[in-house]
Amino acid sequence: MGGKNSVGFLILIIGIILIPFMVTNDYYLGVLIFTAFNCLACIGLCLLMGYAGQISIGHGAFIAIGAYTSGILTAKFAWSPWLAMFCGILIVIVIAFCLGIPALRLKGHYLAMATLGFASIVHIVAVAAVDLTGGPSGLVNIPRLDFFGYVLSSDKQYFYFSWSVVALGVYIAFNLINSRVGRGLQAIHGSEDAASSLGINITSYKVQVFILSAVFASVSGSLYAYYMNYIDPGPFDVSHSILLVTMVAVGGLHNIWGALIGAVFLSLLPEFLSFLSDYLQVLGIAYQPDYDTLVYGFILLIIMLFLPEGLFKGFGNITQFVRSIFKKFSKRASDRVK
Amino acid sequence: MKKRILILSMAVTLLFAFSTPSLYAQKKAGLKDYDVGCVFAKTGKASWLGEPEWNTAEMIAKEINAAGGINGHKLVLHLEDTGGENTRAVNAVKKLINNDKVCTIVGPSRSGTSMAVIPVVQAAKIPLVSCAGAAVIVTPVQERKWVFKVPQRDSDCVKRIYDHMASKGITKIGIISGTTGFGAAGRTQLKDIAVEYKLEIVADETYSPADTDMTAQLLKIKNAGAQALVNWSIVPAQSIVPQNMKQLKLAIPLYQSHGFGNVKYAAAAGEAGNGIIFPGGRLLAADTVPDTNPQKKVLVDYKAAYEKTYNDTVSTFGGHAYDSLWIVINALKKVGDDPATLRDEIEKAEFVGTAGIFKMSPADHCGLGKDAFEMLTVQDGKFVVLKD
Repeated sequence: MGGKNSVGFLILIIGIILIPFMVTNDYYLGVLIFTAFNCLACIGLCLLMGYAGQISIGHGAFIAIGAYTSGILTAKFAWSPWLAMFCGILIVIVIAFCLGIPALRLKGHYLAMATLGFASIVHIVAVAAVDLTGGPSGLVNIPRLDFFGYVLSSDKQYFYFSWSVVALGVYIAFNLINSRVGRGLQAIHGSEDAASSLGINITSYKVQVFILSAVFASVSGSLYAYYMNYIDPGPFDVSHSILLVTMVAVGGLHNIWGALIGAVFLSLLPEFLSFLSDYLQVLGIAYQPDYDTLVYGFILLIIMLFLPEGLFKGFGNITQFVRSIFKKFSKRASDRVK
Repeated sequence: MKKRILILSMAVTLLFAFSTPSLYAQKKAGLKDYDVGCVFAKTGKASWLGEPEWNTAEMIAKEINAAGGINGHKLVLHLEDTGGENTRAVNAVKKLINNDKVCTIVGPSRSGTSMAVIPVVQAAKIPLVSCAGAAVIVTPVQERKWVFKVPQRDSDCVKRIYDHMASKGITKIGIISGTTGFGAAGRTQLKDIAVEYKLEIVADETYSPADTDMTAQLLKIKNAGAQALVNWSIVPAQSIVPQNMKQLKLAIPLYQSHGFGNVKYAAAAGEAGNGIIFPGGRLLAADTVPDTNPQKKVLVDYKAAYEKTYNDTVSTFGGHAYDSLWIVINALKKVGDDPATLRDEIEKAEFVGTAGIFKMSPADHCGLGKDAFEMLTVQDGKFVVLKD
């Protein structure tokens, strides 16, 4: 990890430790726990999109496989949650391998198409395989995670656990980026031909990253299932996969911190709007939840128009922009005085 | 220029600073408010459920507060939108419990979201009166201490359909269901109860909510030799089934579930919808319910009030919000807003509502029987009580 990144990592760790001391309300902690699940999936997706230059519109499916493997093995067969989570990871590795080999051998966005189709298939299976997945009625009685009998029952405990996993994910991601593989990936992103001429096995690198990102998604799904204690196919449809891609794009493709910021921003936005509507109601303005869609669209439009490189880079640009405006104003003011 | 911006920003800050405390000042005067949470799918894929529920809840709160509140306490509704999504429903319920300190929660609209929030309300010990249909929401009852629901049971709906079939001498049936929580639960019930009635299910088909054509499934049912068809679904796609049947000239009786209970579905089916038979709450055909029925006054009053306020036709789903909120209000009237005593009171509730005559008990957190349904049929795009 480089200098700036280790400072960022330190801030992340301190934040994780301190937040439950400042936030004791279970509602806020719950929102932050869901945010952690999204962050985890987005870190993996960012490695794939930002560093290997491939888009997956099927990460919701990997989340679903993680969640359903964990849910089915624990609720129906009384396995240990850890073993079930591990089993989910293995299944996802095999599937991502089979899906990635043919799709990533080709140039262009074939992976996006393959994953899009795959996501639809997984969703259909989750809906139709009633005996296995519970179908649309869902799967109940999924247990909470425990450490040798010590159950993570409170939201505070689960907050620490899930964000520790996110921190671990960030650490792994940075280690990968600063390794030989990471540099190879950046070379592929720059130019496949050039990278290949330098002896980089393009397909193998891309498949490896794809598998890694799928594993991140699977773990996120398992944690989701253990936290909710109930799953149904609803949260794992294609629109969730697209939301994840949007999170990474909004935050900034080319940086892990960007992906984290994007995931946090879009996870908190609906709750923020819900607060805004409460506040406006107090002021006597009737704010209907239907307007949320308009607000989302507006925000995404603004980001894509003015911050095309994402929030992370855009933030730096904005501070520069504001500074330049202030300079202009003060210059004008001083001119006027003269 | 700078000055103007400064003044403007100061004005805005002052506005924000003073608006919030003034609300709290109001709260202190008089008796304390009763805070009730509502979680409905006002937007998203289940908005046709959430919208009338949301409207109904707002309408009732206005009416109660205009009449001086509940024993002098103002009824404050905290409405939250779930978008029909599990995660947002869980967040909304946690917000209501932790921030708004509600004493009870009405909703959610969908079976899936109801199942998702059950672990939260069970842990927080806050009563929840769901507006969703699936039987698993309140069974097994020992694991659902804090959870109630107001829509009629799907198993009772199936029994009413099968009773009617038995009276017509039908023995071989086909079933087709939507792949949603509602559809899947109904499909299980249809298959289980068919054994009791010695009915043979010769074809069992499904369709997804996004499907636009069910010809393939209907052909299979036709070839299997079904004497009648049950279409069990709550999504708008169900209206396509009668249309496809007409195109295929499949002239067997079509039965629908209580999920057909929105007159817009009958309108969407058009001419092909005429003659559809389904067990529904009496609300849908309030005008044709006999005057002797104890529900008549509630039905007509609610229907008139809703249609006058929102200029929209009434649906079963708004009726669920009416029932659940009134059960909560009646309990609040008797015992006040302590969640634990409120729960015990809801468990004893006896109430004449839009869905039927409720009689809750520790063994039954729904409280409706088979008689809550009336066999209805479609006549020129309108619901009327079936005569035979």
